[in-house]
Amino acid sequence: MVDAILRADAVSKSFSGVEVLSEVSIALMPGSVHGLVGENGAGKSTLMKIFAGVYRADRGSVWLDGKHIDFGHPLEAMKAGLATVFQEFNLLPDRTVAENIYLGREPQKFGFVNSKKMVADTGAVMAELGIDFISPSSRVSSLSVAEQQIVEIIKALSFDARVISMDEPTAALADHEVQLLQSVIARLKSRGVGILYVSHRLNEVFDICDAVSVLKDGKLVWDGLIEEITQPEMVRLMVGRPIDAFFPPVLEGTTIGQTRLEIFEGGNEFVDSINLSVKSGEIVGIAGLQGAGRTEVVEAIFGAVPFSRGLIHIDGVETSIRNPRQAVKAGIALVTEDRKAQGLALEQSILDNALLTVRGAHPSRTRGARRDAPGVLSSLEVNSTNLGQEIQFLSGGNQQKVVLSKWLLTNPRIVILDEPTRGIDVGAKVAVYTLMRELALKGVAILMVSSELPEVIGMSDRIVVMREGRLQQGLGPQADEAQILTLATGTIALTAEGEKS
Amino acid sequence: MSSTSLVYIALFVVVVIGAILVGAEGRNFFSTGNLRDVFTGMSVLGLVGIGQTLVILSRSLDLSVPYVMSLSSLIAAQTMSSGGASIAVGVVLALLFSAAVGLVNGLVVTKLRVHGFIATLGVGLIIKGYLDTTYKGSAGSVPKEFQFIGSAAIGAVPVSTIGMLALAAAVYFLLTKTRTGHHIYAVGGSAEVSRLSGLRTSSPVIISHVLCSLSAGLAGILLASRLGVGSPTVGTQGGYDLLSIAAVVVGGTLLSGGHGSIWGTIGGVAIFAVLDSVMSAIQFNPFLKDVVRGLVIVVAVAIYSRRSSETKRVRFPEKGK
Amino acid sequence: MMREIRNSAGKSVARSVAVIVDPRQAVFLVLILLLATIFFLNPGFAEPSQFIRFVQRVAPIAILTMGQFFVLVSGEFDLSVGALIAVQVVVAGNLIGQDESKSIPVLILMFFIGLVVGLVNGLVSSLLRVPSFVVTLGMMLVLLGGVYFVTGGSASGNPADGFRSIGRGGIEGFPIFGLMPWAVIVLIVCTLLASYVSTRPFGKTLIAIGDNPETQFYSGARVWWTKTQAFMISSTSATVAGILLVGYAGVHPSVGRGYEFIAITAAVLGGVVLGGGRGWVLGALAGAFTLEALFTVLNFADVPSTWRDSVQGIIIIAAVAYSAVSRNGIRRKGTNSASPEIGEGASASGRSAQNTSPSHD
Repeated sequence: MVDAILRADAVSKSFSGVEVLSEVSIALMPGSVHGLVGENGAGKSTLMKIFAGVYRADRGSVWLDGKHIDFGHPLEAMKAGLATVFQEFNLLPDRTVAENIYLGREPQKFGFVNSKKMVADTGAVMAELGIDFISPSSRVSSLSVAEQQIVEIIKALSFDARVISMDEPTAALADHEVQLLQSVIARLKSRGVGILYVSHRLNEVFDICDAVSVLKDGKLVWDGLIEEITQPEMVRLMVGRPIDAFFPPVLEGTTIGQTRLEIFEGGNEFVDSINLSVKSGEIVGIAGLQGAGRTEVVEAIFGAVPFSRGLIHIDGVETSIRNPRQAVKAGIALVTEDRKAQGLALEQSILDNALLTVRGAHPSRTRGARRDAPGVLSSLEVNSTNLGQEIQFLSGGNQQKVVLSKWLLTNPRIVILDEPTRGIDVGAKVAVYTLMRELALKGVAILMVSSELPEVIGMSDRIVVMREGRLQQGLGPQADEAQILTLATGTIALTAEGEKS
Repeated sequence: MSSTSLVYIALFVVVVIGAILVGAEGRNFFSTGNLRDVFTGMSVLGLVGIGQTLVILSRSLDLSVPYVMSLSSLIAAQTMSSGGASIAVGVVLALLFSAAVGLVNGLVVTKLRVHGFIATLGVGLIIKGYLDTTYKGSAGSVPKEFQFIGSAAIGAVPVSTIGMLALAAAVYFLLTKTRTGHHIYAVGGSAEVSRLSGLRTSSPVIISHVLCSLSAGLAGILLASRLGVGSPTVGTQGGYDLLSIAAVVVGGTLLSGGHGSIWGTIGGVAIFAVLDSVMSAIQFNPFLKDVVRGLVIVVAVAIYSRRSSETKRVRFPEKGK
Repeated sequence: MMREIRNSAGKSVARSVAVIVDPRQAVFLVLILLLATIFFLNPGFAEPSQFIRFVQRVAPIAILTMGQFFVLVSGEFDLSVGALIAVQVVVAGNLIGQDESKSIPVLILMFFIGLVVGLVNGLVSSLLRVPSFVVTLGMMLVLLGGVYFVTGGSASGNPADGFRSIGRGGIEGFPIFGLMPWAVIVLIVCTLLASYVSTRPFGKTLIAIGDNPETQFYSGARVWWTKTQAFMISSTSATVAGILLVGYAGVHPSVGRGYEFIAITAAVLGGVVLGGGRGWVLGALAGAFTLEALFTVLNFADVPSTWRDSVQGIIIIAAVAYSAVSRNGIRRKGTNSASPEIGEGASASGRSAQNTSPSHD
């Protein structure tokens, strides 16, 4: 009987009197991938951070390779062989890849830093993992988001860990990069490394994991091999709701009317030949791989990185959008991909965040907006009694709801959403989808960018696919994931009948 | 192109224009005497600038340098006045006190969590109070043997400038080849990331503050050697707090920390020294010198800010861009 | 508009009362302590006529601090205000001379100069992306160099008594106080205006810009123009301070030297966080009074004048350290139990080091 390489025994943890983990036990086997799933607030992040040495458990014990451990600092965990890849990048942009990876343990020769060895060692780790497109001497600031995520993974792996725990590692990765990660994971498995895999992407969990633990409200509600459970069952355990309730249907009375937004041959340095139209009441989904240019298209429509070619028509009128202010004045809203960096002012109150756009772009409407704000916030079920509380203390789901409120208060005609449900719990996701249906009923034209294909398929009236900066042909709502992926990757796939599609 | 290279290109341009202007006055910019003046002008600001660079790299600031300089000049001059062995004692004492001030600065910034601006401003005021109370004017006297250091030169290059450049080289070495140096960059870039990697985030900041005050102390000793006495106002008269920050910034180091180089600062110091010398030679009104300095600072930094780091891949390059 | 001013003033007063008992606001406690110490050491000070003179003395620096507040809260610095004061003082002294009829046109010119300086500071730092520390440092050198050049470094000009009386004089025979200095009236007006502006969308947007300028860009705010206006407010406050200072400081290019540091220190004492995103006008005002009260205490306590700077340095560090420490304490305590992942442990500052990460709960 093989012993678990990492075990938690009845671990409990509270914050400010609220119990976040309650007697959770988990056993990670060497050479296996163990998924950890649950809604946000279920405790999986906390458990991961206890393993990582960021928090200490209040009760219960943790064992690494048979030895009792009680880490007080992340570095202790790393040195003991438990490496963690967090969601937030912990990289220094002005330093090189090698310098980042070896931060704090720079190799020395005669008391001085041995840069050559640092670069060589980094190269060796990367070669082992089949990564040849990043140079150890490049500055991190010159890498793309996906490449930076890979550097984070390399950093964790460079500690020669026996356990690696990953929190949403594929969130920023394109499909071929996800495959790369999967092959790295396979290599690690064969070396006997145990991998703890935290993810909201249930498809991936079923693909990669050998075993899975489901958490709900801080308690372990299911634990076992992946073959022993199905996705719908897992969702029900996580959420207490069947999977069909996920994507609310189109609301009765919604009609698709006139064209609200139309782009003719839009282009700039990142995208080309963009011809797109969105009608009132319609939800158009933009699918595609990370880096295909989807965010660039919406940033161009919103004026953040404007089109240098082509025309934009809004409600039939040619409109020039050279900056976000003009977009907002034209009635466009953009819920950005990165809400912490672009959607929120973290030290300001919930109310101030909700009034952000009105104050910035339509200051004369502030009084009315302040009156309406509490109503809008509560209709989205923002969970807070005190609107003066600083927004940084809210959960991701609630923060996203405040971002949405902020835009609702500007009465937009066109709403663009970029990864609207990324990193938020299931309850909040449903709230976002419901809101989208309500907006469509009111005649708003909606454009949605998403990496979650079920979401794109479940919510869109029409789907377009981006690849390498250009739009591929449109698909109807009957499109399945395979068709979308084909267009997204540009591969020629064989259909069930064996013919080329 | 790195900003350090830009600084030296700018220096080259300034020297060329300066030489022409000076030549128009019938003088030779490149004469031994003139070059020696320029280099002399670089030594003091260079020493302070080196220290300030370290502090700014660690994302802090040091406004106490002028007071440390004055204090150091007085301690040195008074201790040395009996000559002989007391010269060495004077230097050591002055440096010890300077280091102590740096330690206090570092501790206030890291342990009391006070912004460098406020912390060093406060410490500077504390020293100022002591100076105002204890000294009514200059004091002490520097023996002839030591005054030589302030004035000796090898050809056109003063010994003090060589010493300053040697210190620059040593600090460059520290920054690139030691863990401490790497950690100064790291903590200045992001204290949070550094902490997660197990770095003690206080140590690099404290070290940079101690080294900064030490270099200010050295500058004070140098000034004492040149003046022959110590003076309670020598640091403030020269405006070394803001000028050293200006040299660092003109040299391409970012105020936000984590990015920059010692050689850039030296280049910035050189630019200011050349400007100073040229403006004197063409008999530019001394008050207008400040106007020129102010403009140079803003223009230089504006040029660096134009260069943004492009992280996105350009797929459809604009024609004619 | 008047009703709105009264409303926001009322709100501000109510908020200050709540704030005095809030451990985060060390400045109000310190101020009360210092005033109490002053009254103890010199009971005559509590007399209305004496006290009002104290307020008159503080007025210029208090106005300057409130102006600096707007710049600091947006995440910037304005180091040029001291030099600008010198410029304004010299302009007033020389252009008005003994001819009082020139007062109004020269006043207009002074405000115009102030606005232009603020405009340049704002535009260069926002549009050319030069850090405001550097821009205003450069502006300070340019202005000082210019004013010393023009005056040759010595006092010059002797402004008419009428103009002087703005800073020196006031309404005679005023109930309770005897003399109600113009300076105090100006201070009250400026305080009301500043409070009002800070609660308007402009003010709120400014604070949010200090918190996260990128979010404001994506919200359609005109970040460059909002920040520039903050610099213009700061320069205008320097102009007003200069006008008052002509009254009792004489016309010398050294007037105002070091005032930018005093204003920044006062604002920080009052709860403004360097880097932006936090603070309010009344706190800045209290900070200015606290500093001045501190000087007065040292005066009455017969502390040798040469040691005053040292004491000032210690108190400044102590006060800022205290509020920094208690602010961190509040943050840890105030961590929402609903989402411990954000507030606790590694990121007590609430924001990840890099902004390119995928968002998480």
